[in-house]
Amino acid sequence: MTAPRRDNLPRSLGLVVLVVILAVLPLILPNRFYFDIAINIGLSAIVCVGLNLVMGFAGQISLGHAGFFGLGAYLSSTLTAHLEWPPVLALLAGLVVVGLLAFIFAWPILRLEGHYLAMATLGLGIIISIILNQEVELTGGPDGMPVPPMSVFGWVIEGETAWYWLVAAVLVVCTWLAFNMIESPVGRALRSLGSSPPAAAMSGINIARYKTFVFVVSALFASLAGSLFAHHAAFVTPVEADFFKSVEFVTIVVLGGLASIYGSIIGAAVLVALPQVLTVFHDYEHLIFGAILILTMVFMRKGIVPTLRARFAGKRG
Amino acid sequence: MAEFLQFLIAGVTVGAIYGLVALGFTIIYNASHAINFAQGEFVMIGGMATVFIMAAGLPLLLAVPLAIVIAAAVGIALYKFAVAPVRAGGVVTMIIVTVGASIFLRGLASVVWDRNYHYMAPFSGSEPIPIFGATITSQSLWVLGVTAAVALGLLIFYRYTRTGKAMLATAYNPDAAQLMGINVSTILMISFGLAAALGALGGILVTPISSTSFGVGVALGLKGFAAAIVGGLSNSFAALAGGLFVGIAEAMAAGYLSSAYKDAVAFVIILLVLFVRPQGLAGVRRAERV
Repeated sequence: MTAPRRDNLPRSLGLVVLVVILAVLPLILPNRFYFDIAINIGLSAIVCVGLNLVMGFAGQISLGHAGFFGLGAYLSSTLTAHLEWPPVLALLAGLVVVGLLAFIFAWPILRLEGHYLAMATLGLGIIISIILNQEVELTGGPDGMPVPPMSVFGWVIEGETAWYWLVAAVLVVCTWLAFNMIESPVGRALRSLGSSPPAAAMSGINIARYKTFVFVVSALFASLAGSLFAHHAAFVTPVEADFFKSVEFVTIVVLGGLASIYGSIIGAAVLVALPQVLTVFHDYEHLIFGAILILTMVFMRKGIVPTLRARFAGKRG
Repeated sequence: MAEFLQFLIAGVTVGAIYGLVALGFTIIYNASHAINFAQGEFVMIGGMATVFIMAAGLPLLLAVPLAIVIAAAVGIALYKFAVAPVRAGGVVTMIIVTVGASIFLRGLASVVWDRNYHYMAPFSGSEPIPIFGATITSQSLWVLGVTAAVALGLLIFYRYTRTGKAMLATAYNPDAAQLMGINVSTILMISFGLAAALGALGGILVTPISSTSFGVGVALGLKGFAAAIVGGLSNSFAALAGGLFVGIAEAMAAGYLSSAYKDAVAFVIILLVLFVRPQGLAGVRRAERV
């Protein structure tokens, strides 16, 4: 009974485990197809680690993160394809635009109750989606547009292995950043919010400012993943900014576990890989994702990782 | 002028539909202080169920009530099996569950019915009726008439029935209502059923105007929400007025600005209201919540 609680695994150890798994994985993956799945898991995980900061720690929910993902993807695509900007510069421009948009957007709304942000982000996502579909000359409309390859200071990233390492590295950095945020004063302020918002406000915590900060960071993660996605896939369509894509991100966070950063990575692994393995998945994807959301909330509120961790810790007494 | 009148008629017609959807948001918000993100799916179920029941050979007069009953049953099931078990879980949990239900119902509709667009003949003839140089369709008159009847019916329901009064009492103060012997859980269930029925009615009325498919729920739900927050979210009649406001704004934008972006109008309205006057244009300013 005096044993230290296990559910607060040292962050650095978890990060080391993540790095080791990511380093070993290429030895197991048999071919390009599996590399491709792993890369897409990594990109979704980057978005969801950020989204989990909003959902798990700031107690808000965004139904428009695919909008930020899509905006990042299309800013990278159009700036490199039409204006021949270097991909890194286009990616940074995407981050600036999405960051500013998220800031201007979130600042007034995050002072309101949770469901306002949900509806507002849902609306924002749909506006972005409409724009991507309508501005055919710029974006190719519903048919999408080809994207030039990614290059970093003249070094072109091609081949699934190179992409794998790039995405893995970005995922590790984003996970590390997320943990730093949770451990920082911002994170502590946010956790105090979870227990009692009025008490937090009374202690002088500027709730709206912290929530806005977290929201902007999560939007930046989504934009970054979107830019990488566009260059990796070499083709983008407005489906990437779709409402359903936003729901997919939310489902990953919920299934993996609210407030569990590693949960989001595992959630991404499960839900991105599953449709690739089960071909029947496609016809029933709405049905399945909807059922996962409801069932997780009703029967396993904390999600996979925290639930397993609690069970594991419980067995040891 | 005739052109303006024509846009106005179009706006008022779809606006009345948005108003019906918005009523569903306010009814559930009043009972539970939650936003039901699956509200748009009831609209879809209303339209799709009517189309498929009629395709099975039943007349409109039977198909409409049957479709409304189906939607209400789905609404009650949504409450019983998804919302009630997580009620204590807070705002984010409620949003996740109703978003999940929304996607689930959409998927279910695409499997049980299909993924195509479906049209329905107007209820009584398609001959346009001239009015001051513009024209109005008989379907528009149906929409306006039914919406007015619903508004009157709700007024009577809230004023003169025990259930209606119990719903108002629950909206004001659920704890006090519970203490006075009102079964709040039953009230919530009725609210979900009623919200679903009204949404379905909107979905049935709009199908001859703009067709239906398994995916129409998201946009119609959002426009209904826009209407509801223009009206302040808790006042049913302000929500109906909010519907007209959103509908007219959308029709004017489509007519005078760009029809490609008419779907964005409702969302811009949501954002403007949230930025400038979150309590709604008609709402009373309450103490800031944290």
